[in-house]
Amino acid sequence: MEHQHSAMSSEISIPHHHYSDADFRKRVRKTTILLSVITVIELAIGLTIYTIHKGPDPSHLLVLMFKGVVCILTLAKAYYIVSVFMHLGDEIRNMIMTIVVPLLLFVWFILAFIVDGNSYKNLRNKYDSHFRETTMPKEHHEKPATEEPKPGKQ
Amino acid sequence: MDTTATAQQPKWWSGGKSPFNLEYGKLMMWYFLMSDAFTFGAFLISYGSIRFSQNFWADPNVVFNAFPGAGHRNLPLAFVSIMTFILIISSVTMVLAVHAGHKGDKKSVVKWLGWTIVGGVAFLSCQAWEWHHLITGLHPTLIDGKIDWVGQTTSVNPWGQLADPAAVTEALKNSSQHSLAMLVHEHNHTMSHEQLMGMPKEQLMGMVNTAELHIRKNGPVAFGGYFFGITGFHGFHVFSGVIINTVMLLMTQKDVFAKRGHYLMIEKAGLYWHFVDLVWVFVFLCFYLI
Repeated sequence: MEHQHSAMSSEISIPHHHYSDADFRKRVRKTTILLSVITVIELAIGLTIYTIHKGPDPSHLLVLMFKGVVCILTLAKAYYIVSVFMHLGDEIRNMIMTIVVPLLLFVWFILAFIVDGNSYKNLRNKYDSHFRETTMPKEHHEKPATEEPKPGKQ
Repeated sequence: MDTTATAQQPKWWSGGKSPFNLEYGKLMMWYFLMSDAFTFGAFLISYGSIRFSQNFWADPNVVFNAFPGAGHRNLPLAFVSIMTFILIISSVTMVLAVHAGHKGDKKSVVKWLGWTIVGGVAFLSCQAWEWHHLITGLHPTLIDGKIDWVGQTTSVNPWGQLADPAAVTEALKNSSQHSLAMLVHEHNHTMSHEQLMGMPKEQLMGMVNTAELHIRKNGPVAFGGYFFGITGFHGFHVFSGVIINTVMLLMTQKDVFAKRGHYLMIEKAGLYWHFVDLVWVFVFLCFYLI
């Protein structure tokens, strides 16, 4: 035991809080159930999207909404894995910030690149009629014609 | 933060100790994982960017609907949900191994690390089956005015939009004898492939059941590269995780950590393994759910 302390004390000022066996079991069980339940909900939403797509008149707004919900659920899962399983939640605040603050770059990263992809699609649909005619799904065929005046109005 | 930290807040930056209250190796593992998160993030965001630049993208429920031993039955999301649960459970067994390490309980460390390795190998086997099924499973596809049987590769995929029946009927004329024989054989098992190959082409075209055909055009080419690239890169992480965990298991069995007095290496391996699970959560979201 003494050996164990001398091995760590040079760097670690405050020994990490170790949960008692009962507390630890409870915490792990709770997190496992939470992750499983979220995954089951995600799968249910995935199958719901599938049935909406198969239906006669798929509502794209509804599908988009369900996809948004799945994204939020995934972020919740990521939070629990990092905070409980990887024990980041038990570290000191300075340490947590050096990990979390750089990850904020993802906010710009995701938004910028998705907006860029979307803009490329819109430009090609406007100026490359071959691309539009060969790749536009059937049910949308009329849409570009009715929406075309939009850019002019703005 | 725990209560001891708030009671007597040490001067973190006065030297002689870790300002993050972590030993060097564990801190560096965290920074490695953060940089790895950006690598995976960049791959997934590039995929998202390409997807948003297309009018049509393959529907994951159409692509991933197979299950080992279930033949041609349509079971969307079934197999990948098993893969996801395998990784979640192996993450839980890793938490238990790390906890056993805190207590210096060698027997439990060996037991839970063993189960974690089993989970990792099971996941890799599932992925191997899925890749094999996607690459070798051929689907009749309308490409350049003729019907070809193609699998999912990095250069072509059969997951485009459904072709109109008129275009399919027209395409039959340009298709090879082999493609037609396979089309007939799908619904009509009375004749062997060899017998069908020997028949005149016109007669073979007449035997194709056009009402039963749901032929798709070829889909966006980038789909295969992104799918195999990103799931492959993740699979490589799982593989290296299995190797690391195996090394940890052998070191535990040889009493390396017991002699050292602590099981901190298991914690570092644990961080890596949880990260692999974390990445799968996002791969699962981007490729299978949305």
